[in-house]
Amino acid sequence: MSTETPAPASSPSLDKPERAGEFSLDVEERSIVGAFHDWVTRLRTGDPGALPSVVGLVVLGIIFMQVSSAFLTRYNIGNLPGQGVYIAVIAMGLVFVLLLGEIDLSAGTAGGMCAALAAVAIFDGDLSNGLPTFMYWSLVVGLAIGVGLAVWVKAWSASVVIALGFLLVVTNLTQHLELALLAAICIGTAIGVLNGVLVAKVGIPSFVVTLALFLAWQGVLQFALAGRPVNTSNYDFWHNLTYGTLSPTQSWIFTLVVVLGFLAFTLTEALRAKAAHLTHDAISLVLLRGGLIALVGIVLTILANQNRNPNERSTLVIQGIPTAAVIALVLMIACTLALKRTTWGRHLYATGGNAEAARRAGIDVVHMKVTAFALCSSFGAMGGILLASSQSSASLDLGSGNVLLFSVAAAVIGGTSLFGGRGKPRDAILGALVIVIIPNGLGLKPSLGAQWQQVITGIVLLLAAAIDAVSRRRARRS
Amino acid sequence: MTEPILSARGLNKSFGPVHVLHDVDFDVYPGEVTALVGDNGAGKSTLVKCFAGINSIDTGTITFEGEPVTISDPRAASALGIEFVYQDLALADNLDITQNMFLGREISRMRAFLADGEMERKARETLASLSVRTVSSVRQQVANLSGGQRQTVAIAKAVLWNSKVVFLDEPTAALGVAQTRQVLDLVRRLADQGRGVVLISHNMNDVMEVADRVAALFLGRVAAEVQKTDTSTTQIVELITSGRTGDLGLTAATANEVM
Ligand SMILES: Nc1ncnc2c1ncn2[C@@H]1O[C@H](COP(=O)(O)OP(=O)(O)O)[C@@H](O)[C@H]1O
Ligand SMILES: [Mg+2]
Repeated sequence: MSTETPAPASSPSLDKPERAGEFSLDVEERSIVGAFHDWVTRLRTGDPGALPSVVGLVVLGIIFMQVSSAFLTRYNIGNLPGQGVYIAVIAMGLVFVLLLGEIDLSAGTAGGMCAALAAVAIFDGDLSNGLPTFMYWSLVVGLAIGVGLAVWVKAWSASVVIALGFLLVVTNLTQHLELALLAAICIGTAIGVLNGVLVAKVGIPSFVVTLALFLAWQGVLQFALAGRPVNTSNYDFWHNLTYGTLSPTQSWIFTLVVVLGFLAFTLTEALRAKAAHLTHDAISLVLLRGGLIALVGIVLTILANQNRNPNERSTLVIQGIPTAAVIALVLMIACTLALKRTTWGRHLYATGGNAEAARRAGIDVVHMKVTAFALCSSFGAMGGILLASSQSSASLDLGSGNVLLFSVAAAVIGGTSLFGGRGKPRDAILGALVIVIIPNGLGLKPSLGAQWQQVITGIVLLLAAAIDAVSRRRARRS
Repeated sequence: MTEPILSARGLNKSFGPVHVLHDVDFDVYPGEVTALVGDNGAGKSTLVKCFAGINSIDTGTITFEGEPVTISDPRAASALGIEFVYQDLALADNLDITQNMFLGREISRMRAFLADGEMERKARETLASLSVRTVSSVRQQVANLSGGQRQTVAIAKAVLWNSKVVFLDEPTAALGVAQTRQVLDLVRRLADQGRGVVLISHNMNDVMEVADRVAALFLGRVAAEVQKTDTSTTQIVELITSGRTGDLGLTAATANEVM
């Protein structure tokens, strides 16, 4: 029985409602059994969480193992992060916007355009050389306006990021590859602030705003590249974002930092709450969960650190955790902390769940929307950079086509709702794995044409949406 | 007799050419439930919004604990300790009870990182202090709650911050018999704990059951403010419909003039 409720001292012969009044379900210490029970309850109340996407991954994996023996090899699995990371990152940005019940159709093309600007900058020395004069000054003015808009809606961090981009562009520091990529992300932030202001201040539906810009950015990208795609595999840093790996030592350090960081974080949290007599997870539960994650991390690292080059006569050694996986994981951890542990994250969920309730609670709904769109486009820019890396080219159609639709599909397959209020960064990763495993598996059997990819992806998306709808309906009935 | 904790004198409010409130005097006493009754369009919500800082007032004064105050926005009202439970409860379905109760005023470390454990404890303490028996866990999602439980959460949210005055707009309108019972008990308890409570209601049974005092608005004027013990349902209904009953209420001249 909980000791912290100041309810009047109670006799042992309490009847049912009396006990309920003392929060019979709120035990002070959540045990392993309790955590399992909570999970089952969530499933039954219409929140299937990661279950459908994980089951989907396993089923697809089993199918593709039948299709080709090359599927479940360390070489092939090691390629998955590099192939899918751009979808995961764009989808992760979309989660912020989807949580509000809004949509950003322009994340793909905006991201492609930002990455193309970076490509032009390093290819031609810097942006003022690479871009037509008119475009360069439009960019400079646009970034300055972006800072102003961000300040106007009190999106301070966004204004700092855009101001940084402004500085990088006007000082022509974009001649350095890393700084050019950083500037591309800052430009993405400015684009997101523009989306957010058009949606939240001007009041245009996000579908329309971002549909218009989806088209517009494709054209701007063509102006920027002026008909010449830029080969990104010439630039090691850029190329290695999706083709590189950590060295075996770096891999171990990364795994240890993540695993020990998680353990230390959850353990201190539980101990602190226990000391203050607050509800907390039992130490055994914390250790079990941390232990499982450590086990998975260690096994994966051991597997990743062996040479996975399938060509036995080749002297090239491919080993270590793929850089792309590190990028996705680090972004996921950061986004999860921001959404689950900060007031900003809580306010974002609240705004998506009931904007009127949020407004009356004193939450600045306009600010929330602008920051969500700003994050989404920033992640779009990162996605564009990663896409250019994995296809080895800042091409004339970078980020257009199916990129955005696949990313939305990834978020939805992972469990994020299109109606707002429900979704997690994790969904983007799991969904992106599902999306990317399909062309990967099919590609191992050239006799299966590429047309299968769209058909199967469509069916998987429908299945995910159906599971979501059915579980919600059951929840309402119960 | 105790002094009113919150009172309005000579309030006037117009929306453009429409004069909605006429010289309204209204008092809220600590430890008492004041029912605010009146027909649709009588100006009840308008009056409440003047206290909430949503409507500005044209003329008149508001005093709180004896001091004249200006309530220019909703934050000013909550800073004074005046809270409102609106008819559409405005809860976020995707958040749990604790998260809703603390929405917009989360306890945080370094102004950014949520202190969920502390909030849960305070939520539980508040519900326990109101003797709420219908909620088994403060971690339940609001989407899974019944109408009465939602109303309870909205009320608990209003008293979480040691509020001194609570306005409730039609809290039982959408509830069944048993749940109405629970909410009325809760309303009574709010007053018994020393708060000033204003109950806006159309339901005479509710009013006669929990109110100590009844203020009837008739077309933007206070027709009468009476002790419940000195009146009857029939009288209140007459005050609502015609602005006067017997020698209570507006003078015949005023009542006819405004009709
Ligand atoms: N924002 C507004 N603009 C114009 N007229 C209003 C506004 N709010 C209320 N009114 C008018 O004031 C009158 C009183 O409304 P209200 O306070 O909502 O009544 P009640 O809550 O008692 O039913 C009505 O005639 C209504 O049309
Ligand atoms: Mg009303």
